[in-house]
Amino acid sequence: MTAEEIYKSLSAKFGEALVESKLDAPQPFLVLDPKRMKEVSLFLRDDEALQFDFCSCVSGVDYNNGKLGAIYHLASMVHKHKIVLKAFCTRENPHIQSVASVWGGADWHEREAYDLLGIIFDEHPDLRRILLPYDWEGYPLRKDYKVPEFYNGMKVPY
Amino acid sequence: MYELLHDLLGDSLLVYVIGAALPLLFVLPFAVVAVLLEMKVSAHMQDRVAYMYTGWHGVLQPVADILKLLQKEDTVPAAADKFLFRLAPFLVFMGGYAGFAALPFSSAYIGSNIDLGVFYILAVSSLAVIGLMMSGWASNNKWSLFGAMRSVAQIISYEIPSALSILVAVMIVGSLNLQEVSKFQEGGIQNWIVFGGPMPLLQKLLLLPFTITAFFILFLAGIAEVNRTPFDLPEAESELVQGYNTEYSGMKFAIFYLAEFANMFLVSGIVVSLYLGGWTSPFGDVMSGPIWSFFWFVAKGMFFVFLQVWIRWTLPRLRVDQLMYTSWKVLTPFLFVCIFAVGLILVL
Amino acid sequence: MTETRTLPTRYVTHPGELKTSSGRSLRTDEMIINMGPQHPSTHGVLRLEVVLDGEIVVDVIPHIGYLHRCFEKHAEHMTNYQQVIPYCDRMDYLSSMNNDWAYALAVERMMKIEVPPRVETIRVIMAELQRIASHLIAVGTYGIDMGAFTPFLWAFRDRERILDLFEMTCGARLLYNYIWIGGLSHDLPPGFVDKAKAFCTYFKPNIKELNDLLSYNEIFVKRTANVGVLPADVGINYGVSGPTLRGSGVNWDLRRDDPYGIYDKFEWEVQVGKGERGTLGDCWDRYIVRVREMEESVKIIEQALAVLPEGNVQAAIPKRIRPDSAEIYVRTETARGELGFYVVSDGTASPYRLKARAPAFVNLSVLPEISRGCMLADLVAIVGSVDIVLGEVDR
Repeated sequence: MTAEEIYKSLSAKFGEALVESKLDAPQPFLVLDPKRMKEVSLFLRDDEALQFDFCSCVSGVDYNNGKLGAIYHLASMVHKHKIVLKAFCTRENPHIQSVASVWGGADWHEREAYDLLGIIFDEHPDLRRILLPYDWEGYPLRKDYKVPEFYNGMKVPY
Repeated sequence: MYELLHDLLGDSLLVYVIGAALPLLFVLPFAVVAVLLEMKVSAHMQDRVAYMYTGWHGVLQPVADILKLLQKEDTVPAAADKFLFRLAPFLVFMGGYAGFAALPFSSAYIGSNIDLGVFYILAVSSLAVIGLMMSGWASNNKWSLFGAMRSVAQIISYEIPSALSILVAVMIVGSLNLQEVSKFQEGGIQNWIVFGGPMPLLQKLLLLPFTITAFFILFLAGIAEVNRTPFDLPEAESELVQGYNTEYSGMKFAIFYLAEFANMFLVSGIVVSLYLGGWTSPFGDVMSGPIWSFFWFVAKGMFFVFLQVWIRWTLPRLRVDQLMYTSWKVLTPFLFVCIFAVGLILVL
Repeated sequence: MTETRTLPTRYVTHPGELKTSSGRSLRTDEMIINMGPQHPSTHGVLRLEVVLDGEIVVDVIPHIGYLHRCFEKHAEHMTNYQQVIPYCDRMDYLSSMNNDWAYALAVERMMKIEVPPRVETIRVIMAELQRIASHLIAVGTYGIDMGAFTPFLWAFRDRERILDLFEMTCGARLLYNYIWIGGLSHDLPPGFVDKAKAFCTYFKPNIKELNDLLSYNEIFVKRTANVGVLPADVGINYGVSGPTLRGSGVNWDLRRDDPYGIYDKFEWEVQVGKGERGTLGDCWDRYIVRVREMEESVKIIEQALAVLPEGNVQAAIPKRIRPDSAEIYVRTETARGELGFYVVSDGTASPYRLKARAPAFVNLSVLPEISRGCMLADLVAIVGSVDIVLGEVDR
């Protein structure tokens, strides 16, 4: 299936959930409503013609204009097509609906995005820090992040 | 031997001390040799060369190791039960070492020529279980406790097959005294119990399958009792760090090691005395006599030590349930059949 | 439509339910035990919080991050794209070549750089040699996990030869920095082709030797077959990839299904688990897939060595690599599975955002799912069969 067909079958079902799309990019992507991620994802996974059964990667990005984004790279092992989903939120209200219950693989990736960028994935079963210590403060991959001078009273070298 | 010393020196404390220390003259050099053997054999199996620098082909390395262990700081964990923690290694070693008293090293030497020889060895070597349990408990470490629990379960379950397979040989000889058992098998390789013993030909042929089975099972159960691969679950490195001796260091650790090597030879010694003619020469009267018999006993024992090393570096480890399965559902039923058959053959 | 998929646990514990004959309840507690960060069989600094009921594992909670080196943050602060490559080396330190290639490929695709045919062939040779080296460690250390020490040293003996080849090529034995954007750092040294061919002939019989010693050993099969079964649908749902997924019978290899490089020019097969010794997708299947993949890799190397073309080893690329404002996700097949790089460029000389999709990270996340209800010794077997490299999990 090409990106356009995927777009069509999605827009027919979830008209308003699709905020934006760019189908002529080298890797076409669809921008989704961050509050309706799960139902769209479920449809993507379970629809016969789509069958996006493999969630390759979830990456968080700080766009440095007050916007944070979660980028989902999906692939279908059956139909061998790919699509990129994006969901944006603001820094003040960094909430995106989790898809960890749809793709188990998204679980740890979302935790990582939470850990490093502070995107809060609603309905995530176990949203804890994953790579950094549990008592770490701040989100290092945000562009305005400053390396703390002290961690737990210990001086951080350089 | 004790009687001889008694005649020479009279009834003094010295007699007991000397008598008790004599096997140590064997065990300590043996441990050094066994460490070297283990290292060299494993190295050559793995395309390595092992120690090469300390002495000729590294033969002095075990000595250097002992010196190092002697000098190491002897740490006791702060939360450990200090008294039991210190006591445990000695108890473990004692269990193995006491067994040497009833082992017939030569036609002229046995530490204590008691009539209940085999029974005594079985009983006394179980003492090690208490030591292992103690070390695991006193270390106050979950991994140690795990190892200790496993080793207790394992040693107790493997006592059954080893006792039963000893029984097979004892039934044929009719004595529990290991010196008697060895004497019984004199006259060459065909008289060893593993080949049916010095019986009439027909009886011998009938006994043969059962004695061979019992012999193998005794050896297997022996390996399990000294906790070596494939039965090394108590100190399963990849699962339990180092099992019951995780927290031990320096000389205490060395004593655990010494106990393991002493046990390796004890097990081999039991197998050899019961099934492979003990100190008797395989060529009948040729090359027999007290000195030769000592040589034969040690040579046979060392062969089985080598076999244990060989097995250790070849096979993976069993899982706990598989270990128990092997003991209770495979080895023990086989031995019941053996005992029944051997009894029947001997009576007829 | 089922929303969440959970596996039925094989064993359910009821702590506190053991009663004496007089009706008094014996208090039986579950034990929480920390496996790691320093533990012989966690292959690095993984910490598993294990809830045990006797020897039975009730639950496993992996805690990672002990080796976190801020790879992504570092990458954003480099002065150019090329400087990221040494950091990629250090992610999965057992398959550095594959990591370099994945990153170089991402930037090349972004800038639409065509690399010369000689480079493509050398990259395939290097990646496959690296795959063998990595699988040798996986297989060897798996032997240690099972208590067999000898296969480990045999594997290292053979890996040594591969490392010698790498050392001869680029001077390094572990972290190569060899595959660069648009080409390679050096051409192959004289005599490499002969030595690589000699390695292939030397190595083939050794696989059989390994099989005789370990793979078909009865105790080893008993320990690994029917243990830690990963059903194919669960594996796919969790995003598991590489030999771990192929062990479950899923015929999926990015070298073939999402082609990159020149893998389509060679004849080789994707090896999948068949459940020969137990259930499909058990530890033994995952193990044997790795062993068989080594044979396939040898095949690829031999073919690649035979067709190695002459030519330049560096494509014509701009001096300063500044991709246009764009983003790309490129995935490749390393020894552990799908290694993806998501590169976002803002037109400057360094990546705006670089996310590495590490295969071991994702594969590890399925561990709690497949190890509930097994024994402690099986947990070691499962962790080993998933083949994680903590450098990559934590990045």
